[in-house]
Amino acid sequence: MSTALVYALTGTALFVLGVAGLILQPHLLRKILAFNIMGSGIFLVLVGLAQRAGTPDPVPQAMVLTGIVVAIAATALALALARQLLDMCGEMRLPEEKTGKDRLDV
Amino acid sequence: MFDPMPWLILSPLIWATLAFVHGPGRGARLAVAGLILQLALAAMLAQQIVAGGVRVYAVGGWGAPLGIDLTADGLSAVMLLLTQTVALPLVFYARAYFTDHANSLRYFWPLTGYLLAAMNALFLSADVFNIYVTLELLGLAAVGLVAVAGGAGPITAAMRYLLATLLGSGAYLLGVALLYGVYGSVSLAALTPLIAADTPAVVSLAAALMLLGMMLKTALFPFHFWLPPAHGGAPAPVSALLSALVIKASFYLILRLWFDLFAPITSVTAAQLLGALGAGAVLWGSLLALRQTHLKMLVAYSTVAQLGYLFLLFPLATGVSAEVAASAWQGGVLQVVAHGLAKAAMFAAVGAMITATGRDEILGIAGVAARLPLTLFTFALAGVTIMGLPPSGGFAAKWLLLGAALASGQWWWVVVMVVGGLLSAAYVFKVLRQAFLPAEEAANFKPLPRMLEWPVLLLALASLVLGLGGGEVLSLLGAA
Repeated sequence: MSTALVYALTGTALFVLGVAGLILQPHLLRKILAFNIMGSGIFLVLVGLAQRAGTPDPVPQAMVLTGIVVAIAATALALALARQLLDMCGEMRLPEEKTGKDRLDV
Repeated sequence: MFDPMPWLILSPLIWATLAFVHGPGRGARLAVAGLILQLALAAMLAQQIVAGGVRVYAVGGWGAPLGIDLTADGLSAVMLLLTQTVALPLVFYARAYFTDHANSLRYFWPLTGYLLAAMNALFLSADVFNIYVTLELLGLAAVGLVAVAGGAGPITAAMRYLLATLLGSGAYLLGVALLYGVYGSVSLAALTPLIAADTPAVVSLAAALMLLGMMLKTALFPFHFWLPPAHGGAPAPVSALLSALVIKASFYLILRLWFDLFAPITSVTAAQLLGALGAGAVLWGSLLALRQTHLKMLVAYSTVAQLGYLFLLFPLATGVSAEVAASAWQGGVLQVVAHGLAKAAMFAAVGAMITATGRDEILGIAGVAARLPLTLFTFALAGVTIMGLPPSGGFAAKWLLLGAALASGQWWWVVVMVVGGLLSAAYVFKVLRQAFLPAEEAANFKPLPRMLEWPVLLLALASLVLGLGGGEVLSLLGAA
């Protein structure tokens, strides 16, 4: 098994874990952390898969830097929203759809 | 020759930043001036494309692969024109709207500017990674706009929207990572010839991830859960921008991926699956729209339904004769434009009714026909396009799609479109019927400023005229 493949598989595993956490964890802070784990997994695939004969490729590293900036901005926005929700609803989780608007028997 | 492409991105960035620096609530005039300029730029770009085909611009003089290229073809030009055409009347509308709702204004102007900058950049992007960045910028600005109203409901909707949009772009970025791992490039122009029918399975995985991510962002049934609260809970100008434009940006990307990049590896089965989800959206969205008790939620569910029509394009244009595919493709793009104009008008008209009556239930609009005839007329005109009645743009779009379905012998999509049309007529008339009932004794109608009515009427008229002038759009589409 080549090093590139090890990185890619680890990255994929992290991505899957992150997605599962993002969907299944009810606590918002955990969701936000899960999103970051998902992001790290993608970055690992991006950097790890793109080495040519053991030499790292600089282009995906630049992309990952951009990706990290985007992830930080998204995390900051998510935290700000979560904080506001905590102030308003008193908990760090998304309330259930109150009126069940997506059901036919409304 | 002067090149409008970079300025289409720079103009909104500049006015948004200036508006931000001016402080909360400021920047309406900047937005108006900026959008007039952008509309002119988009028209100029469209002209250049009609005259000379696809245009490429190397940012800073550094060409790809070292620098970032911008590129524009007929489809980009249509989307750019649509974006500025919808946004300009909405800016006038928003100015009037927020004099009444000053507390929910806050950073509306800068966020709108960043939203438009991200969208214009997306339509001009020439590589899949640049597209990822613009998608994220678009998503973050859109979430900010949903949250702009404050309050538990909108913040919850914004949070849900943020998580959905991050998941969507995450899946897309993993697809980009896999593509780069296989081919060592992110440029659409370089990747397209490399992808052939016998590509490794990992490319199909990348394609699936990218398409799934975009479906989540486009709110295709059954991923539509985040859309109604986000679009229904935001202030009316925001709802109009989101429903008319933002979801079209990710749909535009699906079009690009399906018909350009991954065209050799798309299959009829996958296309039928997309069509089936679209059909699900048309039926489920329309049924739910019919069951809503609040005006804006009704319009939001109508968006879910109308998005379904867009996805009928895939089974009608994959694995059929070139002629049928062309007709379906034209119908699909026309539906994007028609729905963009009509839905912006519909949300804005509903927002005006709610402003006047002070109530957002459908029951509250009794008497609107007598007090706000212009706004109700606007709503009805937009409804004509949503229902797909002639001579509207929605009719032309659905006619082309119906023709493609019949010509390729896929009658089941005809059934979906006809039933969907009837259901949409039912929910549009549900609102119209209530509006014609006599007003309650206690009802108190606030007089509306003209700017809350006339710009919206222009949008609705544009969606109607599109049915007569649709040929112009299609010739621009075919120019490259």
